[in-house]
Order: sequence, then structure tokens, then C-alpha cells
Amino acid sequence: MTTDTTHTATSAEHSENHGMSTAGYIRIAAILAAITALEVSTVYIDFGPFFLPALLIMMAVKFVMVVSYFMHLKFDNKIFSLMFYAGLILAVGVYAAFLATFKFFIQ
Amino acid sequence: MTDAVVHGHESSTGISNVKLGMWAFLGSECLLFGGLISTYMLYRGRVTGGPRPAQIFDIPFTSVSSFVLLMSSLTMVLAVSAAHKNEDRKTNLWLTVTALLGATFVGGQVYEFTAFYNEGLGFSTSLFGSSFYTLTGFHGVHVTVGIIMLMALVGIFKRSEVPGKKAEVVEMIGLYWHFVDIIWIIIFTLVYLIPV
Repeated sequence: MTTDTTHTATSAEHSENHGMSTAGYIRIAAILAAITALEVSTVYIDFGPFFLPALLIMMAVKFVMVVSYFMHLKFDNKIFSLMFYAGLILAVGVYAAFLATFKFFIQ
Repeated sequence: MTDAVVHGHESSTGISNVKLGMWAFLGSECLLFGGLISTYMLYRGRVTGGPRPAQIFDIPFTSVSSFVLLMSSLTMVLAVSAAHKNEDRKTNLWLTVTALLGATFVGGQVYEFTAFYNEGLGFSTSLFGSSFYTLTGFHGVHVTVGIIMLMALVGIFKRSEVPGKKAEVVEMIGLYWHFVDIIWIIIFTLVYLIPV
């Protein structure tokens, strides 16, 4: 088997391993668009005490969906997840501490 | 068969060095944008002169911009998918559409900045203005760099001078593009939707 044939065969396998079809990607995009519409609705509709938690949850859901499905982190090697989430968690920790120093959360 | 066989330049861990490097880079970018977002959150209420956020933000306009950037993530993932299937024409088409959607977003941001400036919010008007322009400006520059990479990739594909394996090159630029999108997801909520 030549290198080219190996590559073609394995490319197809790789695509399958990503586990998403075109219809699947469109479904994810439609869900993301719907969540965005819900987020925008919070500006016009009074959600009361649920306003802030709802917005933050929707933001987190969108973030995880893009990272997991569009960036294929859900289907890829776990080392990539470790590289990315380590940076993300470090950033959240460092800057949460930074904001706490300025009493941001008790204003 | 493992990822290592699919992609070139595999490391001793059995995974692509290029991809590992890209994820490490994106992890480090979280720290850059984390700093900018935190600074904005701290200073967004500090308005001694000039307009306040609620007076100038145009939520319907920014919502449309956000939708455009979100859809560019869909077209980007379709380009990556087409590249993995060796469908060159589709890959070029989706890359071009992604670049056009990105350009629409950046155009919207330039319009927004101009409108804000005309309403009295300059870079040094207030701490809110400085931190807002720095955060959204950095993001805009990232989108612009992404557009340049996409268009360069389309040009290189047309001349068939792709260094390395085509699908992996498209995938790396795709990862960068999606990262720019997830940063906007955060900015849109924290900056525009949550009032001061």
C-alpha cells in the first residue's frame, strides 16, 4: 500500500471518527442560534432573579457546544482537552482571584 | 487507526505536534482574553464623562453581528469536513463564505466603533471606553487575522502549493476561527447583555 492510499483511507476513517455529519453540524448551529435568540430575549423580557444565572448558563452551554462539536474536542484525543481546559481553568481561577481582590463580587 | 497515522509530524505521544501546539496556543489565548474581559468587568461602571454603556449599545445590531459570527463557525466546520473528504471545491467555497461572514462581522464592528465615537465615546473618554475598545478591538484584530489566513489558504489551494496535509491545515485554521467565535460568545453576554 502506498503512502497516498494509506492517507486516503485513513482520512475517511478520521472523518467518521469525528462523528458528525453535515446535518448534525446544521442541527448544532440551529440550537446555537436558538440559544442566542433566547439570550437576546432577556433584554426585553423580565426574567426576574433568573436573569443573570440564565444568561451565564446559556453562555456556558454555547461555549461547550462549539468547543465539543465544532472544534471536535468531544471526539479527539483527551490530551487536547487537557491542553485547552487547563488554560481555561487557569485563566478563570487567576482572574476570579484578581476580581475578588477588587471586591468585584460583593459590590 | 490512531490520529497519528492520519496526520503527519506525530510526536512520541502518538498525536500531531501541530495540533497539540495549536491547542496549547488556544489555551494561552484564554489567559490573554481573560485579562481583557476581567479588566472590562472591573471598569465598565467607571464613567466620569461621556456616555454610559446602556446609552450607546445597540443590542439588535450586535445580536445580528453575533449571529453572523456564529454562522461563520458552521461554514468553517463544513470546510473542515469537506477537506477531510478531499472535496476541494466545497472546501474552497466554505472557506470563502467563512471569510465573507467574518468580514461582515468586522465591518459591523467598524460601524459600531464609528457610531460610538460620534456619540462621544473616545478611547480615553472614560475607563469604560478604554477597556471596551481594548477588549472588542483585540477580538476584532483576531477576526481580521483569521480572515487573512482563510483568504491566504484559498489562494494557496488554487495554486496547489499546500504545505503539509491539506485537511490538517484547514483544521488548524478552523480551530483558531472557532476560538474567536467562543470568545465572542463570552463578550456578547458579559459586555452587551448584562447591564452595569
